[in-house]
Amino acid sequence: MSEPSAFPGLDEVASLIDEDVPTVSATAVFRRGVAVSPELRAGLGVTAAMALTAAVGRLIVPILVQQVLDHGILGESGYRAGYVWTVSLIALAVVLAIAGLSRVALLRLVWMAETVLMNLRVTVFSHLHRLSLADHTESRRGVLVARVTSDVETLARFTQWGLISWITDTAIIVGTLAVMTIYSWQLTVMVILVHLPLVPFLRWVQRQQFVSYGLVRTRVAETLGQVSETVTGASVIRAYGYDGPVGERLDESIERQYRQQQRSQIWFACMLPVVDLVSSVSLAVSLGVGLWWRDDLGLEAGQLVAFLFLVNLVLQPISQLGEVLDQTQTALAGWWKVLRVLDVPVDVTEPEEGTVLASGPLSIEFSAVCFSYRIGGLVLDDVTVRIEPETVVAVVGETGAGKSTFAQLVTRLADPVEGVVRIGGVDLRTVSPESRRAAIRMVPQDGFLFDCSIADNIGFGRAGSSRADAERAIDELGLGSWVAGLPAGLDTTVGERGSRLSVGERQLVALARAQVADPGLLLLDEATSSVDPETEEALASALERLASGRTMISIAHRLSTAERADLVLVFDQGRIVQSGSHETLAATPGVYQNLYRSWLGNTRSGQPPAT
Amino acid sequence: MGPPRSSAPSSQARSLTDSDHLWRRGARLIVRSLRAYPGLHALAMAGAMGFVAASIGGAWVLRAATDNLVVPAFDDGVVDGGEVLVIVVLVVAVSVGRGVGVIFRRWFLSMAENRTQRDWRRNLVHHYLDVPLRFHRERAAGTLLAHADIDLTTATMVLKPLAFSVSVLVLVLLAVVTLLMIHPLIATLGIVLFPLLVGLSRNYTSRVEQPSARAQAAVGEVSSVAHESFEGALVVKTLGLEDAEVARLKGASERLRQERLVVGRIRAVFEPTIDALPNLGVVLLLLIGSWLVSEGSATPGDLVLAAVVFGLLATPLRVFGFFLEELPRSVVALDRVDEVMAAPIEDRDGEQTLPEGPLDVRVRGLVVHYEGYEVLHGIDADVAAGQTVAVVGSTGAGKTTLLEAVAGLLDPVAGSIQVGGRDVNEVSAADWSRDVSIVFQESFLFTDSIAENVGLGRATAADIAWALQVAGAKRFVNALPHGVDTVVGERGATLSGGQRQRVALARALAQRPRLLLLDDATSAVDPRVEAEILGALHQALDMTVLIVAHRLSTIALADAVVYVDDGRVVAVGPHEDLLGREDYRALVTAYEQGSNL
Repeated sequence: MSEPSAFPGLDEVASLIDEDVPTVSATAVFRRGVAVSPELRAGLGVTAAMALTAAVGRLIVPILVQQVLDHGILGESGYRAGYVWTVSLIALAVVLAIAGLSRVALLRLVWMAETVLMNLRVTVFSHLHRLSLADHTESRRGVLVARVTSDVETLARFTQWGLISWITDTAIIVGTLAVMTIYSWQLTVMVILVHLPLVPFLRWVQRQQFVSYGLVRTRVAETLGQVSETVTGASVIRAYGYDGPVGERLDESIERQYRQQQRSQIWFACMLPVVDLVSSVSLAVSLGVGLWWRDDLGLEAGQLVAFLFLVNLVLQPISQLGEVLDQTQTALAGWWKVLRVLDVPVDVTEPEEGTVLASGPLSIEFSAVCFSYRIGGLVLDDVTVRIEPETVVAVVGETGAGKSTFAQLVTRLADPVEGVVRIGGVDLRTVSPESRRAAIRMVPQDGFLFDCSIADNIGFGRAGSSRADAERAIDELGLGSWVAGLPAGLDTTVGERGSRLSVGERQLVALARAQVADPGLLLLDEATSSVDPETEEALASALERLASGRTMISIAHRLSTAERADLVLVFDQGRIVQSGSHETLAATPGVYQNLYRSWLGNTRSGQPPAT
Repeated sequence: MGPPRSSAPSSQARSLTDSDHLWRRGARLIVRSLRAYPGLHALAMAGAMGFVAASIGGAWVLRAATDNLVVPAFDDGVVDGGEVLVIVVLVVAVSVGRGVGVIFRRWFLSMAENRTQRDWRRNLVHHYLDVPLRFHRERAAGTLLAHADIDLTTATMVLKPLAFSVSVLVLVLLAVVTLLMIHPLIATLGIVLFPLLVGLSRNYTSRVEQPSARAQAAVGEVSSVAHESFEGALVVKTLGLEDAEVARLKGASERLRQERLVVGRIRAVFEPTIDALPNLGVVLLLLIGSWLVSEGSATPGDLVLAAVVFGLLATPLRVFGFFLEELPRSVVALDRVDEVMAAPIEDRDGEQTLPEGPLDVRVRGLVVHYEGYEVLHGIDADVAAGQTVAVVGSTGAGKTTLLEAVAGLLDPVAGSIQVGGRDVNEVSAADWSRDVSIVFQESFLFTDSIAENVGLGRATAADIAWALQVAGAKRFVNALPHGVDTVVGERGATLSGGQRQRVALARALAQRPRLLLLDDATSAVDPRVEAEILGALHQALDMTVLIVAHRLSTIALADAVVYVDDGRVVAVGPHEDLLGREDYRALVTAYEQGSNL
């Protein structure tokens, strides 16, 4: 793109993606999460029931202790070996059954969690790709990657430990309270009353943690942004010896991340002791009250011991929940950030049943088209133009005049704010995406390549194209000798982003990629800006030959393109200020004449202007 | 179909075949943190030990409650108020002890963990700054980001349960002592049970090591795919590759899921077993214990105490299990980081300085390899001090490589480059980067003000203004909302390609270089503006300029032309002389020819 990231003021969307501190409750996050991942519901009931049974089964031990004490040892008949053996064997069977049940529940849970996570990753990733380019600024790339990876990973870590703990520990608490009620409902009520103040306390702590972990994620994203700059700007940093200041900035954000990470630990450190203290107080109270009013409560010794045992037992799941509350907060904050990505609106929505464009060359029609980014002034201002099929058009104008925006509207990378763009007589918004991609092809300035062979990269031009197609495209463009000079010809791998090739070479591959597609409308946006003049001229004449049977629009600084075009459109400040043939425009005083003269002066030094 | 996934995380293979045992590597990881923060770890350990001691104490208190209060109360109906008070106070005191232990353990341990993580992260990113440029070109940005983020977070994860795990040893010791005090038979039961639990844990760990490592590698793969895909968003969109890209990510996610499921299946066997063992222990305990009570060699309180102790073991052993589970993950993650840290850094601190005035360049027999391919095959070239020399050649001829080599950014395989009579390694890095400036084909701006981008924190405001003026950037910079203080770059105001190039050029000029290397640095600038800039450059500066040029007007400005083809210098001389060569003329006058078609 030559007017590339000219997407001013995207603050609202930015806030959706980069949002600082989540301001919603955990339940809201959960509700939203379940809506996005309905798989969470499937079979959860059965799994939860199994986990619950397994959890309640763990109470077998205190019950066993009580039974043995009351009826096996301290009972009126003293030591009863037979009884002890019977209950012990029953307990043994229960313990083994519980282990089997837990295993199945665990398997189901892991399977569900991993499936949900995978689908979430894919959903978010594909949503991000549907967003307009304005949301894909370089700056946000690190953040976007984080949403698909590390934020989802915090969730993964949670599902591996925290989630299981939530299910089983809650079940144990409920089950224990139930058994305690059987022994003595009065004491149970008392234990619950002593624990009640914990509810607002834990809620408060949870909110603090939620905010705190949100901040941690933000700091992490900031650090990542800095690291990303360090990595992508490595050439400049090295060449200019700029590592000092960059290093300082990195240190700063790493330190800020550390501070926030440590700060978020306060809640975690203090929560368990408070829970423990409350439970111990309830234990002490149960003991005192149970002893003093043992007759009124109708308790036996073994029952009181079992009750104390149970109060002691309840402490464990509560404190374990405290442990995972920490993880839960991290996960909720991460989950929320992931879910918020899905709230970023998709600007360009595809039609349900799209029209299919006719094959062959296509006409272009702009009727009173205006365009602006979400915030900011008009980038295209009332543009009306009609381009006949099979015309070779050159779009010229100063940087920022609206040329690239014009190209983006023709390829529907964005929709006009006002007015209609018609291609082949059809409103572009109603054209099916498959047909649009096949018929309209843009070659951007940045010849981004995937890390595979040149042949594969060319193959992406058209689904199902063969190697022969790639070879033919290379021949048609007259690039055979260039390919022959490469280490492995068409099989040369290009490296990450195509880094093994020069910028100009990447543009050649991008051009061949478009040629394979054989579109009815070809748009070149500074597509040969880094190619040497000889190659560019050769390409130009090849493209000219190939232009028969298609409409071709070139955006270029090099006015050699304009000299060859059937029609020249001159953009200035978002409007088309001149249009016509090169000869006419060059002879007419105006924007074009000035551009052309200066270009001539540059490229043909010593020669008089041709006009 | 989709592009094959990019660079596979290479440490995966290593970690799986490494004969160096996991435990030793894990121990080294932990020792590194212990050495750095012995005080914090000691406080955390003390807290953990305190917690364990208080927990065992709590079990004793329950025994006392059973034998001294509950049993007599139900047997004889006697309740001693004083004794009840003592027990109640003891119960609460034990809880406070546990609490203090927990606070110490958690706070100081997380401090040690976070600081370790911070230090390692800092070392890593500084290493990114210190390694040769080749390092960055050979690695995927996404992978390097993953090292600095997920890998380091995972590497220090094992420290989290460290103190608790160590205290488990103390717990086991105290537990055995307690059980011995009750009865040797019950102690025997415990002594059989604990090693069984530990053995199970170890077996489990060794079984999950490989799938864990593979899962971690798959996380890196997902990250790479996402990064590459978002980087190429424009191309993905224009080619309609969204579905293919989604499929590619799905593939990587699916591999991750499969590995995680393998781990999950192993865990599903281990977890319930480790849960069930203490319970089985209690059942056996009651069988033996009730007989002992009937024989009179133990009290009911002893049974309660032993049962509580058995129960106490489950949680810490689980934490120990966490620890064992994190260990392979952390070790593998740190391996990945260490592998990068092992990349040698460039020692470029020569002591000589470059001579005064414009610098000459002397290249002899220069051979450069790029990712395994020979790109320059023995280049000889001379640029006299103060000259402007154009490097001309067709696409892919090696122009960029030549400039980057002269800038001292590449490591030539053979040959020498001397600037001002000095080899790059003889000159201090600071001097070199000030005196030799290169402007890249693709302009990179930092997320910072224009002033910082141009001045790099060392040029004066006057120099910055002058550089912007010469680079033809003054007008549009003044028009920005905050002038030179406007933040640009990734997260800042957006500039057009041509504007970015001019800011990048100003950055080079602000260094007041004595050798300026321009790699097609004005390709996105409008021709008219370019002419102005080059004119101003020509007048403003007393320096040597090596410029990759396509436009005739630029070439015409040069004193001489180095004509490069296929990694070799094929001709050197003034432009007019070279026009005698047919291939050269065809290359540089293509536009003219084109327009005459």
